[in-house]
Formats: sequence, C-alpha cells, structure tokens
Amino acid sequence: MEFFASIDWMQMLRCFVVGGLICIIGQILIDKTKLTPARILVIFVTTGAILGGLGIYQHLVDFAGCGATVPLTGFGNALSKGAIEEVAKSGFVGAFIGGTKAAAGGIAAAIFFGYIASLISKPKMKKQ
Amino acid sequence: MQKIGKQTVKFDTPPTILQTASIVGPKEADGPLASYFDQCLEDEFWGEKTWEKAESKIIKETVNMVIAKSGIPSEEIDYCFAGDLLNQCISSSFGLRELNIPFFGIFGACSTFVEALLMASVFLEGGAGNYALCAASSHFCSAEKQFRFPLELGNQRPPSSQWTVTGSGAAIVAKNGMGPYITHITPGKIVDMGIKDANNMGAAMAPAALDTLLAHFKDTGRSPSYYDAILTGDLGYIGKEILIEMAETKGYNIKSNYNDCGVLIFDKEKQDTHSGGSGCACCGTVFSGYLFKMLQQKKYKKILLMATGALTNSTTTQQGESIPGIAHAVAIEL
Amino acid sequence: MKPIETKKQYQDYVDQKSPNSPILKNCFNAFWVGGLICSIGQIIFNYCKYRGMDIQMSNTIVSIILIGISAFLTGLNLFNKIGKFAGAGSLVPITGFANSIVSPAMEYKSEGYVMGVGGKMFTVAGPVLVFGISASIIVGILYLIFNTQSITLV
Repeated sequence: MEFFASIDWMQMLRCFVVGGLICIIGQILIDKTKLTPARILVIFVTTGAILGGLGIYQHLVDFAGCGATVPLTGFGNALSKGAIEEVAKSGFVGAFIGGTKAAAGGIAAAIFFGYIASLISKPKMKKQ
Repeated sequence: MQKIGKQTVKFDTPPTILQTASIVGPKEADGPLASYFDQCLEDEFWGEKTWEKAESKIIKETVNMVIAKSGIPSEEIDYCFAGDLLNQCISSSFGLRELNIPFFGIFGACSTFVEALLMASVFLEGGAGNYALCAASSHFCSAEKQFRFPLELGNQRPPSSQWTVTGSGAAIVAKNGMGPYITHITPGKIVDMGIKDANNMGAAMAPAALDTLLAHFKDTGRSPSYYDAILTGDLGYIGKEILIEMAETKGYNIKSNYNDCGVLIFDKEKQDTHSGGSGCACCGTVFSGYLFKMLQQKKYKKILLMATGALTNSTTTQQGESIPGIAHAVAIEL
Repeated sequence: MKPIETKKQYQDYVDQKSPNSPILKNCFNAFWVGGLICSIGQIIFNYCKYRGMDIQMSNTIVSIILIGISAFLTGLNLFNKIGKFAGAGSLVPITGFANSIVSPAMEYKSEGYVMGVGGKMFTVAGPVLVFGISASIIVGILYLIFNTQSITLV
C-alpha cells in the first residue's frame, strides 16, 4: 500500500484530462470527416512523430505522463525520439535503427498477442 | 410477351410465383417480421467453420426448402438463377453445386433477387422451360469482412450505414399457374449521381430507384395508386425518404403505399441498425417471407417490387470512385 | 422541393438528408474512456517507476500490458463493444492499435495461419507502421543534417 500512497493524484488528473482530450480530437475527426479508423491512426502517429521531431511533444509528456504517451501520438513521438537519440549515438544508420528500436516492445507485443488470439479465439457476430 | 414503352416488358401469359422459402439469421429473427420467415437460425455460423461456408449453407438449405415446399421434383426445374455479394458469387455457386439444375450465376448487388425473377419470367414466357428457381443470399459477417472491417475491430458505424441482412430468399417461378402473376418487368439502368460514401448506400441507390420507378409508370401508364404496395429492396430510412421526395418533384406521390424492405425487416430503435437493412437477402427474405404471404392471403393484390443494388466493391471505394446504383422492378398481381 | 438535376445538387441534398453522428455524446464517451485507459497506463507506469525501472523501460511495459489487455478483450469478443461505445476513446490509445492488429488476425484465420493470420494481420494497422516508421526516419535524417549544420555553423 506504500505504492498507492506514492501516487501523485494531480499528475493522475492531468493524465486523465490530456488523454481524454486527445481522444476527443480523434472523435471529432471520426464524426466530422468520415475518415476510416486506419486513416485516423495514421494521422495520429504521423502528427506525434512530427511534434516529437520538433521537440514539442516532450513538453506534453512532461506535463501529462501517460496521458500523452499512451495515445498513438505518443507512439509517433517515441519513434521520433528513438531515431534522434540513435542518430546522436551512431550517426546516419541511427535514423533507421532508432525509431523501430524504441517501439519494438509494442510492435512485437501486438504481433505476438495477435497471433495467440487468432489461435484460441474466433470472431463472433456483433449483436448491435 | 411484348415490350411496351422504353424499358418495360408486359407478359401475355404471365408466369406464376409458385412457392417461396426464406431462412434468416438470429438478428432478423428478433425483428418485426420474424414470424413470416420459414426458418430462423440461432447462430450465424450454423455449424460451419467460416462465414462463407455458412452463407453457402443458408442458400443451399433455402433452395432445398423451396423445392420441398413446392412439391416439384428438382429434375423438372429447368433453370436456376442465383447470386450473392461475395467475390465471384461463390455463396450461390458453392452452395448450389450439388443442385444439378442448369445454373446462371447473376450479379446485381442487392438487386439480385429481383434480377433473378426478371430473367426467370422472360425465360419461361419465351418457352424455354416450365419451372425456374430464383435465389439470393447475403450474410452480415461475410459482407463486413469483404466490404468493410474485421468483425472484432472496435469501430463505430455512422448513422447512415445499413445492416447487411443474414439469410436467403428463394422462389420457384412456373410458366403456368394460379398466381400471383408476374405481369410486368422493368429492368433498370445504371444510374450514378456521384455519391462516394460507402456508408450511405441508400442515398447512392435512390436515384436509380427513381429512374426505374418513373420508367415503369411511364411505360405502363399506371400511377402509384394502382398498386397496393410499392416496395424497394434496401434503400433504408435515408434512401426511402429521398425517393419519396424526389418522386414528388417528378409529379408522383408514393407516400401512402410505399415502403422499403430494409425499413421493414429491423426495428430501428431496438435493434440499433441505423439506416435499416441491406444486402441481397434483404429484398429476398422480405419478399419470400412477408410479401408472398400477404399476396397469398390476398391482403395485397398488386405490388411493385423494386430491388435496388449498389454496384461497387471495396477496391473502387478505396480508389475514390462514386457508387453506381441500379434498380429492377417487377409487378406482381393476383 | 426543387427537382434535382446535377450531381452537386444531389450531394448537397443528401448531406442535408443524412443524420449527423451524436457528436457530443460520442465525445463525452471518448473523453472518459480514453482518459481512463491513459490513467490505467499511468498507474502501471508509476508502479514500474516505484520498482526502480527507468522511464523508457516503464513506457515499454505500459505499452505491452495495454496491448496485452486489448488483445485479450478482442479475443473475448468484447473490444468491439467497447469500441462501439467509446469510439476514438479506445481507438486512439495504443489499445486501438493492438485491436486493429488482433481483429484481422482473428477474422482471416479461416484462410490459414500463414496467408490468413500472417498475411492479413497488418491490413488495418500496417499503414500506422509504414507512416510512423517512415516519419521517424525522416526526423532522424533531418536531425542529422540540422545537427551537423549547426556544428559547422558554430
């Protein structure tokens, strides 16, 4: 219970609000533009990567923590940040290694869990 | 048989719709027309491993059922006209591969069922045989998989979207009989008014329905009030409203006796089907289940059945093409 | 109503006829579900930090756990219900990315494990990786050019 005492609830609130607001932007895009889910995801990841490359997104991460890293913009930011860090370390090749390296955990997890889910589960009719 | 006007055929010795059969999925079985269908499934897979196999089984069993109900031995049926929505019409060709009846696979998107009735009646009236079988099927899950997204994807359906009906309708048309008769057919033209939104099929198809409706009235000299009911296939709520308003601007008031199979088959509020039903089976099952019984009970004596189709696929949608629509009409009278 | 002659007139007419999405309700649901998912991530993150992991490792673990939960819910045929309710609230967080990989994998299982599951897994999420990784490479190269220039300028 020592862990729960250590939680910064103001930080938690900032995380909730920022994460929720980013989702609202996505919802407005869905309802107003008729974009497909794949396009929405692409817009978010690319925006995140650009804002990350410009160093702007980090301010949002510092402010909201997971409220900024969990949405897909955070995924884009992680890709860019990884590329920049790796370039700083190993030069030109770093641009190709860094991004995927930073996101490797997430991508591998999605592939692996996706495969497992397809082994044990079957699609079902939507009720509504 | 003679052609009257620009695109209507009038039959001198009109063929009879002898018998119909319909099988629907569980969602349709929760809808307002449930009691009219011959069989309601409890599960969309119906014991099969894939959606495609399930749809094939549905059309196969519906066809077997209509043959059994009609009492006509299958050897005496001269032709089978059938179609569906899956690539290269595989549900019908796979489902009916053991049928042993000369087979025409036809595609008119969701207008397939009426297209089959048109072709069958021309064949029979022309003297090419005595009995023809017409069938069409669709399946919500196989259609979602082919045209939209995987079923488990957590997306929201826009309010203009329609729900593909799971099921199949089949009918046997006979050269001679006691009715209900197919007296006139009006095959439709392809009409494209530039609608690109694949989630608004009703709006894409409504101009085609209007075109066929006007052609039918013009060619036959009939007015909307001649029919007890005018039914479109799957325009849904939005398309229905558009058709009513556009027909009005052309001088035809169809408000009082017009409805749409996609509106009838689901309860919009309770079943959350947004703009209504769609798919080959929408018109197919509503006619085979509900309308045919209304004709048999003489509650309707003259109906105009007009199935609508959106002639599109997922590639053309992604390439940003607009959606051409079509509508075929058939006048059925006692 | 005036008769409709041109495609443009018809499009305008259809736009006016088609109902709008209940955007306020959708946004409210997206807000709280999205916020909640991020908060769950934050709790996991805080716990990782509490156990003494660094930020990068903690973030990776948050991603993996949320992806795992999302895959699990998709496998239980529950995620599409959440998605229908929450819209962007479950799509925009990393959970939506996971769902868009798991759902085609399950759907195309009927075409076999190699060409079905393996081949179709990225039909929805593939573009995310293509655009995300490409953008990161461009950012990396720009950073390289910008950095060397700033070095030479100094």
